Amino acid sequence: MMRSPRLALYITMTTFVLAFLISASQYPSMLSTRVVANLLTDNAFLGLTAVGMTFVILSGGIDLSVGSVIAFSGVFLAVILRDTSMHPLVAFVLLLMVTTAFGAAMGSIIHYLEMPPFIVTLAGMFLMRGLAYVLSTDSVPITHPFYDTIQDVVWKAPGGGRFRLIGGIMILAYIVAMIVLHKTRFGRNVYALGGSAGTARLMGVPIARTTITIYAIGGGLAGLAGIVYSIYTSAGYSLATVGVELDAIAAVVIGGTLLSGGSGYVAGTFFGILIMGLIQTYIVFDGTLSSWWTKIVIGGLLFAFIMLQKALGWATTKGRRPASESATQS
Amino acid sequence: MIAATFRRVLPQLLILGVVLLLNFAVFPGFFHIEVQNGRLFGNLIDVLNRGAPVALLSIGMTLVIATKGIDLSVGAVMAIAGAVAASVVTGGAGWFTALLAALAAGLACGLWNGMLVAFFRVQPIVATLVLMVAGRGVAQLITEGKIMTFLNEGLIHLGAGTVFGIPTPIVIWLAMGALVTLVVRRTALGMLIEAIGINETASRLAGINSRVLLVTVYLTSGFVAALAGVIVAADIKGADANNAGLWMELDAILAVVIGGNSLLGGRFSIVASLLGALIIQSVNSVILLSGMPPEFNLVIKALIIIVILVIQSPIVKQSIYLLRAKASSTVSDMPGPASRPQPAKETRS
Repeated sequence: MMRSPRLALYITMTTFVLAFLISASQYPSMLSTRVVANLLTDNAFLGLTAVGMTFVILSGGIDLSVGSVIAFSGVFLAVILRDTSMHPLVAFVLLLMVTTAFGAAMGSIIHYLEMPPFIVTLAGMFLMRGLAYVLSTDSVPITHPFYDTIQDVVWKAPGGGRFRLIGGIMILAYIVAMIVLHKTRFGRNVYALGGSAGTARLMGVPIARTTITIYAIGGGLAGLAGIVYSIYTSAGYSLATVGVELDAIAAVVIGGTLLSGGSGYVAGTFFGILIMGLIQTYIVFDGTLSSWWTKIVIGGLLFAFIMLQKALGWATTKGRRPASESATQS
Repeated sequence: MIAATFRRVLPQLLILGVVLLLNFAVFPGFFHIEVQNGRLFGNLIDVLNRGAPVALLSIGMTLVIATKGIDLSVGAVMAIAGAVAASVVTGGAGWFTALLAALAAGLACGLWNGMLVAFFRVQPIVATLVLMVAGRGVAQLITEGKIMTFLNEGLIHLGAGTVFGIPTPIVIWLAMGALVTLVVRRTALGMLIEAIGINETASRLAGINSRVLLVTVYLTSGFVAALAGVIVAADIKGADANNAGLWMELDAILAVVIGGNSLLGGRFSIVASLLGALIIQSVNSVILLSGMPPEFNLVIKALIIIVILVIQSPIVKQSIYLLRAKASSTVSDMPGPASRPQPAKETRS
């Protein structure tokens, strides 16, 4: 029998292809490079966040702070570029150092104080959102010429599609994440930790280092997403990207990763992001549907994929366990 | 029994006392209460009144967390309940029908969560995430995307009225808290819920019908969330599907954690969680009264959580325990709670 995590990935991919074909059969103009390019550009920051979230969830944790980190990054960059003459690239590096250190700090608290990731990252969420408010409660525009330069980096595809740099950054992040997860010892450790922390420790996985690195990656990628978001909107606003952590978690789950950790693929997350972007594009194309349908459809998809995972889990364990025992697994 | 409860909530009472004194320090008239137009007025009353939604939510959340679960959907349920109440009342029905409809909606949401957790064995955080994401969309569907206002006196009374001079929300959350506490503590229910949180398989083998209990717990959470949603809607005389109960689930979880309840399930105290809700509201009040920019609100909240996390963490608890054990010379060989031997350290807090 095919292993269930890979099957879940194939189902996600099939869902995306089918959904795209159905949309395209209704609105033939969806088959243009323009739509594809916009799908990548509009979801670049969410995609980057979801890469970090995949690492965290694969290890059996959760990170609720990412939306706040993105908002903080935007405000931080905007305020620095407004009040100092620092070059944006230096500011980017500074910001990535701050958010990575922030993630590492959360990872340390989770590991050394043995507290649930949920509540620790909740504190992180409040802290980052609060710091963003403290920096500025207004929307601060970014007018640095370097931003225009970045925004002008465009590859014009035949058909009028504009593939922007930020979409490219997202795809690059996915490729790097795939290599790290599947080809390095650290990647193995992430899966081992998510499968069972106790077993991983007995196997000699450095739990402390792995946990802290995972949350540092999550923080760093959220910072990168913040940079991308500030390029995307040319502004920093402390109330922006509220609830992005939920979208990221939803994308990871729709991508076939188990929320209990240890099983899943970062490629699945990529298709999860594309499916969510497709729903929004479809609603825009339709024009009569209200935007709140996005939430309902994503909630429904979330439910469908959770049930699918449960069914796959039961199907794969049934052969190995007596039926009565499989009912008591949690 | 009462003495034991008092000892359990002593830390929360102390924190609340300190925060209230801080309030008094920044605003000397804080404890002043007077009766105007047959209604109690004062900052203290305000804390009790404004804290009502979080207090109500924390009752259900305490039970859910005691079973090792979590209910992320309560904010969305509040929005749904408010929307249902508003749409029923603008449809021409009376306030009581509207209240019943809203409570029924809350129970339906709780049933959905409970079924997912108890029968489909979905992790609580995922199961309730579905409703958290989709719930607000459903609420917007009911209100058709706008803020649905109403003028029904009876419904507004639930949020802004008084009973014998006491604002109705205070009466509701006090009554609800007392009712649930009595039910779980005067019967074995509370102990059974704790048993599920500590070890579900063992509790099931011991003959506890854990599935029905789990569903009941999520039903309770949905019910109190609906009550909170109606109160919030009645307070602003309208149902705002976008903002009603936004991030309230986090405040409710925070209240439970401040109440000293472990997120890993097991022993719980509703009274302590209610005190936690009051502490959160008092902190908000300090920030408002002191004239500090409200931007600092979230930062201060975050720092409070971090301090509580440090105090509650197993390592720190263990070190305190070992320090105490060392101090008392009469007991030489304490069976420590530690699973692995560890030398006594200074507390890291």
